[in-house]
Amino acid sequence: MHGTNILEEADRLMTVCNSCRYCEGLCAVFPAMEMRRSFSDGDLNYFANLCHACGACYTDCQFSPPHEFNVNVPKTLAIARAESWAAYAWPRAFAGLFARNGLAISLIAALSVAAFIFGFTALHDRQVLFGIHSGPGAFYKLMPHNAMAALFGAAFLYAIVALVMGVRAFWRDIGEPIGMLADPPSLWQAMKDATQLRYLDGGGVGCVNEDERPSDLRKIHHHLTFYGFALCFAATCVATLYHYLIAREAPYPWWDLPVVLGTLGGIGLLIGPAGLLKEKWKRDTDLVDQQRMGMDVAFIAMLFLTSLTGMALLLLRDTAAMGPLLALHLGVVFSLFITMPYGKFVHGIYRFVALVRHARERRMMAGGV
Amino acid sequence: MVDLSRKFDCLVIGGGNAALCAAISARRAGASVLVLEGAPKFYRGGNTRHTRNMRCAHDAATDILTGPYTEQEFWEDLQLVTEGQTDEELARHMIRESKDILGWVVEQGVRWQPSLGGTLSLGRTNSFFLGGGRAMLNALYLTAERLGVDILYDAEVLDLDIDNGMFLSADLKQGDGRVSVRAATLVAAAGGFEANIEWLKQYWGEAADNFLIRGTPYNRGSILKMLLNKGVQQVGDPTQCHAVAIDARAPKFDGGIITRHDSVVFGIVVNKNAMRFYDEGEDIWPKRYAIWGRLVAAQPGQIAYIVFDASVRNSFMPTLFPPIEAGSIAELAGKFGLDAAALEKTIADFNAAVRPGTFDHTILDDCRTEGLTPPKTHWAQRIETPPYYAYPVRPGITFTYLGTRVNKQARMLMKDGRPAANMFAAGEIMAGNVLGKGYAAGIGMTIGSVFGRIAGREAAQNARN
Repeated sequence: MHGTNILEEADRLMTVCNSCRYCEGLCAVFPAMEMRRSFSDGDLNYFANLCHACGACYTDCQFSPPHEFNVNVPKTLAIARAESWAAYAWPRAFAGLFARNGLAISLIAALSVAAFIFGFTALHDRQVLFGIHSGPGAFYKLMPHNAMAALFGAAFLYAIVALVMGVRAFWRDIGEPIGMLADPPSLWQAMKDATQLRYLDGGGVGCVNEDERPSDLRKIHHHLTFYGFALCFAATCVATLYHYLIAREAPYPWWDLPVVLGTLGGIGLLIGPAGLLKEKWKRDTDLVDQQRMGMDVAFIAMLFLTSLTGMALLLLRDTAAMGPLLALHLGVVFSLFITMPYGKFVHGIYRFVALVRHARERRMMAGGV
Repeated sequence: MVDLSRKFDCLVIGGGNAALCAAISARRAGASVLVLEGAPKFYRGGNTRHTRNMRCAHDAATDILTGPYTEQEFWEDLQLVTEGQTDEELARHMIRESKDILGWVVEQGVRWQPSLGGTLSLGRTNSFFLGGGRAMLNALYLTAERLGVDILYDAEVLDLDIDNGMFLSADLKQGDGRVSVRAATLVAAAGGFEANIEWLKQYWGEAADNFLIRGTPYNRGSILKMLLNKGVQQVGDPTQCHAVAIDARAPKFDGGIITRHDSVVFGIVVNKNAMRFYDEGEDIWPKRYAIWGRLVAAQPGQIAYIVFDASVRNSFMPTLFPPIEAGSIAELAGKFGLDAAALEKTIADFNAAVRPGTFDHTILDDCRTEGLTPPKTHWAQRIETPPYYAYPVRPGITFTYLGTRVNKQARMLMKDGRPAANMFAAGEIMAGNVLGKGYAAGIGMTIGSVFGRIAGREAAQNARN
């Protein structure tokens, strides 16, 4: 007996799949399944987070609906995956944020933006708020650097702690001790698999989306999103180092490293999420966990808005719009940070951990550990 | 919308591997092609949906095959399983062409996977489709569509207008009415008649009611029957078919691969009288896999039970339906309504006859019985470790061998021996030419691809003349 109905269904499907195995060449889920003859809750949560939702096994399966065996692995694992994130959420009290996640994220984002705008308005008179500020330290006329660093540092730190606690719960659930992290070859393998999205290619031809014609669009847009996010994050890190190490203050000229990284990342974070949203809209509803549509869209929208407000700030920072735009951008980024542990963002973390687990299992099978 | 008022160069009836290979090959040769698939889109492809691999000759190892499998060796394997009941000229021609097919299907978008182990250890002779048969079909359909082949689903053919070996048109069900489709040539690739229980009963009697059909319910043999009724020469024994022992709890139709059992070599098989009836250790499993359907079909009530114990519980592939478990042999017998004393005696006799040896299910090992009838010649181990288990099995029919006679050009032959003017056949509808009886894994797909490609090419050429 399993903890939830969806895990019961996942167990039923894995029993079907394990007696068929036609899909073993498509991705990592099926080889991982083949290493077992029965499945614990943790095993099923592991498979669910290992699944990249490429949909190939659905299109290739002779038993997918309308067949009476009703085998729909991508959708079942998508639901199990989302339920597992809520189960791992830390602190437990916030697990509820995963239900009606789209609404929750929207409210938190709106409140966060409102708080920044309110704060800016309360603390500054009109001349400062709509004034033209330029040159190093311009942003800090509206919000002192130390206040900014303290607030965002705390939000970021909180997100990290909450994510680490969630991952710890996942680790325990999938029966892999923390020692997994001390296995560099598995980590390296997982890093390669994750950064290349190796398993989002349907075994080589591409992802299945709106029909049986595979394409690489989801993969390309995911790459733009992920690497866009990574570049923006790198821009923030470089800027922090600039500030503390060489006392160079933001805003930086357009040719300076933080701006170049941020601009490239920002472009990726505009095109990537837009593309992902478009593909999601077209996606065959049989493959989708309809109930979590809001969660997916909320995260995509947050990334898009982060980039959009950031790019607007870059373009208009020498105008009177700088103050309101800064409030808007900081509000969006703040809410992105604090909601990270309670939304679609966690998929990347859990999937990476699942990939490490898989790499390690394979090495153990091959006698490499 | 497909314009059905035009005359096509080539009409392909069927929608599986053979049909699509024929359609693609005819289209590549310049012909206009219409494919009529009788099933709805999801069920397109007949039994190809459930296949996994193809047997092809090759002279050297490749990245998907572990070693050479020469034409001669393929021929010897075919002779072995058919016990000589094959058209040698046609079979040798097919084997020769199969060498080229491995690469040809890849050009049509099909992908092979490196053998990862698991189900069948046939890495040398057979190539496995990445994602299985339905993935292979999806690739063929995409290619056919891209090339401009017209495809109709739910396209049931009601009648064929054939005049003295010359195909003229086919009548197609369209809603409540019917429409006539004209074409210069016909490729019949519509499978066997295994889903037609009434027809099976003509040869098997009431026993056919207890058969389970492993594949599509759409293979009712209607095209085959029309062709035979209109003067095409028949080939093959109507009682011959590919039949394996599958789980008795499987659905009547379309249970596919996952209802099969490969545990036979690890235990014993008894009938409803709790008696053994065949040597379970005769040969390596993939080689003898396809005899057990017929063996079970010959037993009373068409049912049998694979009995084993806890010591081998995890030695074979996991199964869809779990084995029935019991603490004692008598309790196990009771769960199936078998005579407990009879089953206990059968197992006691078997256990007493087992001679010590070194168990290895990957080779013909030296674990065997002595003085037992029938013997278990390999992998014989005592059944003595509780809990005890059993799977109930019935005959699972994959496809039938009765078909249309063809020549090397895949052209149908008429009853008087003349070649048909413009009619070709490929796949299971003509498999009986090559497979008089027996089966070896993956040959169905070889027949389909090889004769499909030939039929399409010849039909295109025929249409031009």
